[in-house]
Amino acid sequence: MVKRIPIVENILGANERLAVKNRAALDAAGVFSLNFMASPGAGKTSLIEITIRNLSEQLHLAVIDGDIATSLDADRAAAAGAIAVQINTGGECHLDAAMIQAALPKLNLRMIDLLIVENVGNLVCPASFQLGTHKSILIASIPEGDDKPYKYPGMYRGVDALVINKIDLIPYVNFDMDYFQRGVEILNPDLVTFPLSCSSGEGIEAWVNWVTTAIEQQRSFVDYRS
Amino acid sequence: MHELTVTENILEIALCHAASAQARRITSLYLVIGQLSSIIDDSVQFYWDIISKGTLADGACLHFQRIPLEMVCQACDHRYSPHGEDFACPDCGSTKVKPLAGEEFYLEAIDVETDG
Repeated sequence: MVKRIPIVENILGANERLAVKNRAALDAAGVFSLNFMASPGAGKTSLIEITIRNLSEQLHLAVIDGDIATSLDADRAAAAGAIAVQINTGGECHLDAAMIQAALPKLNLRMIDLLIVENVGNLVCPASFQLGTHKSILIASIPEGDDKPYKYPGMYRGVDALVINKIDLIPYVNFDMDYFQRGVEILNPDLVTFPLSCSSGEGIEAWVNWVTTAIEQQRSFVDYRS
Repeated sequence: MHELTVTENILEIALCHAASAQARRITSLYLVIGQLSSIIDDSVQFYWDIISKGTLADGACLHFQRIPLEMVCQACDHRYSPHGEDFACPDCGSTKVKPLAGEEFYLEAIDVETDG
C-alpha cells in the first residue's frame, strides 16, 4: 500500500534546534554574542581586532574563528587581547550550530562578557545557518562594490546590523552609496548601519558604543527575566 | 554550496517519518524551496543519488516545488513578483516592501509503501 505522509518540516530544523541550545548556554553564563559574516577580505578580523582593543579594558572578550584552514585569524584575535578558539571547517563553506556547540566548552563562558564568532568568508551560506548568537552582523566593504545587496539578498535580509568598512577608500572606488543603501533598505528596512574604516579609525566609536549598549540591554533583559 | 548538508538533513527527516509509519520504502519526497533559498536542485539530486543508496529511500524520486518571490508594498499594498535586481514596488516606487513568499525551505510530504 502506498500512502502519503504529510511532514512540513524545516529542512534545517536540526541546526535550528542546536542553535537554541547554544543560545541557552550563552544566556545562562551571561555572555552576549555576535556572529560576524562577510565576504573574504571585507575586514571581519580587522573589525574584531579593533573591537577588542576598544573594549578589552572593561570587558572580557572571546572569539571563535571559523575558517576553512589555518589559525591566522584566531592568532590575530589572541594578539589583540581576546581568548581565541579556531574552528577549521575542512572545506565547509559556513559555520553551523554543531560547530559552535563543540567550540563552546573550550571557553570558560562564566568569565566572558562578549563572544564574537567570525564566520567563514562567504555571502551565501552562513545566512542559512543559525548559530545561536544574539545578533548577526554583516560587514560590507567599499571595494566589494555597491551591487552586493542586490546579488546576495538572503544575507542582507537576515542581519541585525550592517558595518560598511573601508570608507576611506570611497574617493578611489566607483561606489554609489545611494544605490547600495536603496538595496539594503528594500531587504532590511531601517537596518542600523555603521560606515567606518578599520584603518583610519573613522566611525569606530559609534560601532563600539552600539556593542556596549547591546550588551547592557541584553543584561537588563536577562536580569528582568530572572 | 552546502547541498550535501541539506541533502543529508532531507534524508534524515524522511527516514525518521518513514520509520514512525513503519514504511517498507520511501518512493517520493516533496520539497518546497523558495526563490530566495540558494539551493540548486541538480546538486541536491546528485548527492541524493549517492547518500540514499542502501536506505529505505533508495531510488525515491525528489519533487521540487519552487516558490517564486512575491512581495507586498507597505506603502500602497501592491502585490508583485519582482523582475530583475530591483525589488522596489513597481507601482509607487517605495522601498518599504516585504516578501510574502519565496523564503520557504521545507520537506512537505513523503510517499511511502507500507505492508498494511
